[in-house]
Amino acid sequence: MNPLAVLGGLGRAVLSMLANFGKVGIFALDAISHIFRPPYYPREFAVALMNVGWLSLPVVGLTAIFTGGALALQIYAGGARFNAEAVVPQIVAIGMVRELGPVLVGLMIAARVTSSIAAEIATMKVTEQIDALVTLSTHPMKYLTAPRVLAALTTVPLLVGIGDIIGIAGGYVVATQNLGFNAATYLQNTVNFLETKDIVSSLVKGAAFGLIAAIMGCYYGMNSGRGAQGVGRATKSSVESAAIMILAANFILTGVFFSV
Amino acid sequence: MIRMKNVAKAFGDNQVLQSMSLEIPKGTSMVIIGGSGTGKSVALKCILGLIKPDSGMIYVNGKDAAKGDRDKFLARFGMLFQGAALFDSLPVWQNVSFRLLRGPLKRPAEFAREIAIEKLRRVGLKSDVADRFPSELSGGMQKRVGLARAIAAEPEIIFFDEPTTGLDPIMSGVINDLIREIVTEMGATAMTITHDMSSVRAIADNVAMLHGGVIQWTGPVSQMDASGDPYVEQFISGSAEGPIEAVR
Repeated sequence: MNPLAVLGGLGRAVLSMLANFGKVGIFALDAISHIFRPPYYPREFAVALMNVGWLSLPVVGLTAIFTGGALALQIYAGGARFNAEAVVPQIVAIGMVRELGPVLVGLMIAARVTSSIAAEIATMKVTEQIDALVTLSTHPMKYLTAPRVLAALTTVPLLVGIGDIIGIAGGYVVATQNLGFNAATYLQNTVNFLETKDIVSSLVKGAAFGLIAAIMGCYYGMNSGRGAQGVGRATKSSVESAAIMILAANFILTGVFFSV
Repeated sequence: MIRMKNVAKAFGDNQVLQSMSLEIPKGTSMVIIGGSGTGKSVALKCILGLIKPDSGMIYVNGKDAAKGDRDKFLARFGMLFQGAALFDSLPVWQNVSFRLLRGPLKRPAEFAREIAIEKLRRVGLKSDVADRFPSELSGGMQKRVGLARAIAAEPEIIFFDEPTTGLDPIMSGVINDLIREIVTEMGATAMTITHDMSSVRAIADNVAMLHGGVIQWTGPVSQMDASGDPYVEQFISGSAEGPIEAVR
């Protein structure tokens, strides 16, 4: 194989990736700017709040409770190897609040909300509903994107907070019911160990992940190809990109908050 | 009056519009005919600004369509889309009065609903349809709702994109008659794109044949059958023989 051809292919792939980053970046800035510019669509915002926030609660709650419970079991079993079983409350709290809560909620939102936004907007695009919006003097970025982005930006931190609490509660139930921990001591250790910075980092991550999830759903929806295949591809790409960007953003934000 | 002057548009290597020039006098109904993929919808979307032409000029009432206040410009248009393009998440009455529920033309909800019901009646639908969702309607009913939405804000110019595609002959006739009546009644300028010849005869004052990215022939509908233009003759007769290649 010609090494120059390989190099050329690699270069094209890198350039294409950078171009996509640029397009997503410009789209994100445009979407955010429309949040602050009238006209506003309160009804669409309320619907988005319901879809992104309220209807995501069951999946977030179930994910968090099982993860918190499993974490307690793992820490207890792992800690027993060096007589450190007593750290279960502290590690469950720090693990849920700093990492697992935001990341799992972010990934669940990517699966549930990003896919739904991308599929809905892509379907609107292929059925000319977005063109219809334009002809009805309604800017699609204001009507479709801004309410969804704002709803995700405001509700995902709340979901993360709720997920953190439910996850800690899952660990508490397992530790007190199965592992013989004293309930009051467990709660005391949890509260004493957590710092404000832990909670702030968790909520900031939630806001960042919410923003990523909504932007990626809207971007791929608005740029969908034609037909059912186009909608399917937009949905798949939106979830893949959102999940990867959430994990990358988590790494960066963890570095920002906790690097020594 | 709508005037297109040497409008060209390409998508990659595919030069859809070469140099399209067309005039639609105010208050008349122009029907553009042509085979699939000849750029009829592209021409229409260029006028609305949904697609930006590569070159050429488009004027609406003497003003450059690409300049000026976009909302004001679009407020003068109504459009019936090929698949009706109704918003799935909204009930029928909110689809019809979409423009009256938000933006510069915003009116109280009760008033907007009354207007919606009146427009639904105008297109032959009963008021009980108002609270249904688009997915609960047949294709013909969706087209009528789309038509009601197109006329809800009493636009000066109405576009109809393949208004009878996918409908049975009876429903096609009903939609054609409605379009003709509404356009005459409102005194609106209308532009329709279709390849349904019964629609052409029912709707048009003037006809334009688009092929190869240019207008091959244009004239009054009464002269269409005797146009002498080989493209028009082949299109009307539906023959595979002629200047339009059957396999494209």
